[in-house]
Amino acid sequence: MVRSTESTHNADAAFSLDKVKQQFGSDSIPVFRDLTLSIPKGQFVTIVGPSGCGKSTILRLVAGLQSPTSGAVKRGAVSDRQVGFVFQHPTLLPWRTAEQNLRLPLELGSANKKDAAPSDTRKSLYQLLEQVGLSSEDSRKRPAQMSGGMQMRLSLARALVTEPEILLLDEPFAAVDDFLRMRLQEDIRRLHDSRNLTTVLVTHNLQEAIFLSDRVIVLSGRPASVTGSLEIAWSGPRDASFRNGDRYVEYVRQLSASLFES
Amino acid sequence: MTHRHDNPQSRSILNWLTPVGVLLLLIALWQSVIMFLVQVRGFAPALFPGPVAVLEAGWQMRDELLRATSLTAGAAIAGLSMSITIGTLTAFAFSQSAIVRRALYPYAVLLQTVPVIAIAPIIILTLGRGFQSIALVSCIISLFPIITNTTTGLLQIDPNLVDLFRLNQATRFQMLVKLRVPSSLPYLISGIRIASGSAIVGAIVGEFFLSAGQSGLGSLIQGKFASFNMAELYAVVVVATSLGTAVFAIITVLGEWLLNRWFGMSLEGVRR
Repeated sequence: MVRSTESTHNADAAFSLDKVKQQFGSDSIPVFRDLTLSIPKGQFVTIVGPSGCGKSTILRLVAGLQSPTSGAVKRGAVSDRQVGFVFQHPTLLPWRTAEQNLRLPLELGSANKKDAAPSDTRKSLYQLLEQVGLSSEDSRKRPAQMSGGMQMRLSLARALVTEPEILLLDEPFAAVDDFLRMRLQEDIRRLHDSRNLTTVLVTHNLQEAIFLSDRVIVLSGRPASVTGSLEIAWSGPRDASFRNGDRYVEYVRQLSASLFES
Repeated sequence: MTHRHDNPQSRSILNWLTPVGVLLLLIALWQSVIMFLVQVRGFAPALFPGPVAVLEAGWQMRDELLRATSLTAGAAIAGLSMSITIGTLTAFAFSQSAIVRRALYPYAVLLQTVPVIAIAPIIILTLGRGFQSIALVSCIISLFPIITNTTTGLLQIDPNLVDLFRLNQATRFQMLVKLRVPSSLPYLISGIRIASGSAIVGAIVGEFFLSAGQSGLGSLIQGKFASFNMAELYAVVVVATSLGTAVFAIITVLGEWLLNRWFGMSLEGVRR
């Protein structure tokens, strides 16, 4: 079940990296030398690997926050607006209320882009808050009045407010406690399914990777390459029944094995 | 002992009481040293006034002190207002262009190092003596902390927030208005707080050289020293110090309230 081949960009891919080289400073060892990777539409893909192997760099390349030294990052018919990004920290503006923070992406950019963003009525904003587990009363709170979990939920809602097709998650659960992490995981997978998202998650946590994903990619080495890929074939709901089952344990075992091989 | 003061309210009372206690202790020490010097060693009481004598002298000259304080405070507030205006505009220019910053920052440092006594003749020749010149000295002396603090605040933005704005194709103007300016407010207020003390020092020093007949605290200090009226001199010094402390406290409380109420931020977050 562990494979390491990747196809180049095709029509079913939400985005792909084609022979990407990424180097910071000409003397340094490149992060990637020749990375080729394709993420199919609608999949939940998690990238795992040791610290500093360039997991987050992939997300930043896809989001357009940085450009590759050479090679190409191809996205399907997806504009920048249709990429949502959740950072490791909530990254909220402390002087804005939850609702104003949620509105921020709709306010930015030039005027013609705003027309492309549908969810700017107050009612749809409240619906979005509800979908991530916040109430309309929370909308008037400032970040300082919210718990870490609520801030993370708001940050997730903000990534979804432009109705993106691709959702990028950069270790969003790193700073929350275990109980909250499990609930957020279930919520995120539910949102992924109900909104037909293509989601890419970066994490250190193998259990998390298996619980959430359709596919887990192992990235390692410097320059980094894909050293493993594990398909999670579970058609049932992602809840306690999956988390406590034998299949889950078997997946964790396989994934740890492929990490240690690399 | 620490257990009893764990709640924030009693801790903040303790924060106030401790320095007040130290002050009372110092005053008691001052009084006893003076009593020793005067009564045992035979020092002249007029040259070595104790706190009680200073208090009496201050009360006697209260009208004079009040007039001087309002004059000095007026010049300091005018100077501080100028330095806030000039300082934020300069910081604004610094934040927008690295070239401007590199070219002009060394000259901002000069403001910090230029001796007032050296430029006093130039000021006298250009602006003459009086309020406007005193306010100018106050402005020059208080400008630097506002420029540096506000520049830092405008430039030192959480890189994730910058990414968030870039991700949403924020224009340069949106980045400035919706991110940099509000982010810099705690730094600006912290800068004003530091500058307020300097503004008062600047006004008093300015009055030393540039006063035109009217007696601010600086001129009063000079006059009392010239006539060797030590009790009254000390009284002016105490009032001048209290003025600085009061302005510092008012700006701290007002700034903290403003930040908290309108911007959900605090001065504690300012990295310096």
